[in-house]
Amino acid sequence: MKILVCISNVPDTTTKIRFAGDNSSIDTTGIQWVINPWDELSLTRALELKDASAGAIKSVTVIHVGAASSEPTIRKALAIGADDAIRVNAESADSYYVACQIAEVVKKEQFDIILCGIESSDYNGSAVGGMIAEFLEIPSVSAVSGITVVNGQSVMTREIDGGKEEVTVPSPFVAIVQKGIAKEPRIAAMRGIMMARTKPVKVTEPVSAEPLTKIVGFEKPAPRAACKFVDAENPAQLIELLLNEAKVI
Amino acid sequence: MSVLVFTENWDGQFKKLSFELVSYAKGVAGMTGTTVTAVSIGKVNETELKKLGNYGADKIISISNDQLTYLDSQAYASVIADVARNENASVLVISNNNTGKAIAPRLSVKLKAGIGSGVSKLPIKTDPFTVYKRTYSGNAFAHMVINSDIKILTLAQNSFDISETPNNATIENLNVIVDGSVNKTAVRDVQKQSGKILLNDADIVVSGGRGMKSPDNWGSLIEFASSLGAATACSRPVSDEGWRPHDEHTGQTGKIIAPNLYIAIGISGATQHLAGISSSKYIVAINTDKDAPIFEAAQYGIVGDAMKVLPELVNAVKELKK
Ligand SMILES: Cc1cc2nc3c(=O)[nH]c(=O)nc-3n(C[C@H](O)[C@H](O)[C@H](O)COP(=O)(O)OP(=O)(O)OC[C@H]3O[C@@H](n4cnc5c(N)ncnc54)[C@H](O)[C@@H]3O)c2cc1C
Ligand SMILES: Nc1ncnc2c1ncn2[C@@H]1O[C@H](COP(=O)(O)O)[C@@H](O)[C@H]1O
Repeated sequence: MKILVCISNVPDTTTKIRFAGDNSSIDTTGIQWVINPWDELSLTRALELKDASAGAIKSVTVIHVGAASSEPTIRKALAIGADDAIRVNAESADSYYVACQIAEVVKKEQFDIILCGIESSDYNGSAVGGMIAEFLEIPSVSAVSGITVVNGQSVMTREIDGGKEEVTVPSPFVAIVQKGIAKEPRIAAMRGIMMARTKPVKVTEPVSAEPLTKIVGFEKPAPRAACKFVDAENPAQLIELLLNEAKVI
Repeated sequence: MSVLVFTENWDGQFKKLSFELVSYAKGVAGMTGTTVTAVSIGKVNETELKKLGNYGADKIISISNDQLTYLDSQAYASVIADVARNENASVLVISNNNTGKAIAPRLSVKLKAGIGSGVSKLPIKTDPFTVYKRTYSGNAFAHMVINSDIKILTLAQNSFDISETPNNATIENLNVIVDGSVNKTAVRDVQKQSGKILLNDADIVVSGGRGMKSPDNWGSLIEFASSLGAATACSRPVSDEGWRPHDEHTGQTGKIIAPNLYIAIGISGATQHLAGISSSKYIVAINTDKDAPIFEAAQYGIVGDAMKVLPELVNAVKELKK
């Protein structure tokens, strides 16, 4: 069995977002780039599954659609423990474009399990995973908070409104993962960092595909009114304000 | 041409988000000069179906098929794509919840339709079709142009006001045949919680952080929440410590919610936490540290000790209800 983990390269989650060029783009100066938090967790779970599989899971490959500047993020995934990596050498124009590129790679290389995060912390598309599955016409399971492989069969827990379901689908499939998939992201050890340098990163050129959307500008969220403080000696006043002023209780 | 809206029900009753979706679809139809067709999958009776008309649906297509009892993203997408083609839909409106996130991307590929995900307002304009979309986990909003003929918009829950615009909607029961080759999800077990207010649906949320000090202190927080009819939530360290269940964790790596009122108790207000709650209409903070960043996001605040303040808040709500 082979697992593919899709990783997106995003600004560190504490980054203060600033705009450039008439608010048409993000000012990337000084930004620390990291593996999207969900993808770090799905990579962790993929490696745990491989470790527990007694050799049944042969490899964990990471894939990223992006320019050469995202190589450090790919190296980090290799340092954490991925066996090899594929980079499709193209700027990620939109989710449709990215998914199309990943689907093309999967058509040639054959993976049994494809893992994607529920959303990238920058684009917030929640789209790439489901799109890959549809391009390949294979099943996708969304909001997956747990996955195990038993005798070659993947069993997943998915979150539904107000509950959980335990589901199976035949391979190959795409699992779109969320909270719960792994406890803590695995951290690269010194040995992993050394080994990552020699692990293969295959660079492939994109197929032609047309993005369907384009971001033309950004704006900051509307500023909120300043905080009105209530005296700690008189908390009841808060309830009164919520009732009569904000009218939310 | 029409705006097609995918509604969701829970044991035959429409969820509140379905009325938000239909209200939103009506708004889009107003901008594009088209009508609203609502699709419902599941066993929903006629009286309930009719309700969608109150929010602006012109036509309601009801699909009830045992093969669609459980969500299979491929099967649902193929059924909805067929309806979209028959109805000549130019815009599809879907929730940005777990179900919507499972279906919308597949529809995007099937219909070659660009997605504007997590929208909270009506499109900015229709030519070119430009939407206002959440990006950078709520730290920025993008103006995104969708260039495809068909557009898919996924609406953030609780973000759009329900508005009543009564319509005498026609109801059509549609029989569909689901091809087994696209319906491969086997459900082995279902665990539903009952009686609990769902975090994503709640109008009021009371949330505790590390400042609550110990899981033993949650009693007064829960009492306060239930006195307000609120759902309970927590910050990530609290669920990591096992003080509270994981499904209560809000933030970048937890649930993203947008209640009318979010009350943060003993939560410092880290960016990753705010990413999950910043769309709340009102934020209230109770914290011993007057410089805690949560007060920058809050409209009301108390600088004080949660253990002292909470019991008094519970009393105040009780007084009010008398
Ligand atoms: C990749 C990544 C993703 C993350 N995702 C999330 C996420 O989704 N959600 C999330 O919440 N965090 C997330 N975090 C963690 C986040 O950075 C913060 O560490 C976390 O939110 C802090 O939780 P807290 O506010 O409960 O605790 P603290 O930061 O420890 O704050 C406790 C607060 O309680 C106050 N306090 C102390 N005693 C009292 C008292 N008696 N009464 C009242 N107030 C008191 C203190 O003044 C303080 O402000 C993430 C971090 C990373 C790196
Ligand atoms: N450029 C990319 N390269 C590889 N995988 C990606 C890329 N962008 C997004 N993904 C994957 O798709 C998931 C959802 O991203 P999005 O649809 O942008 O919210 C991410 O968690 C990744 O697993």
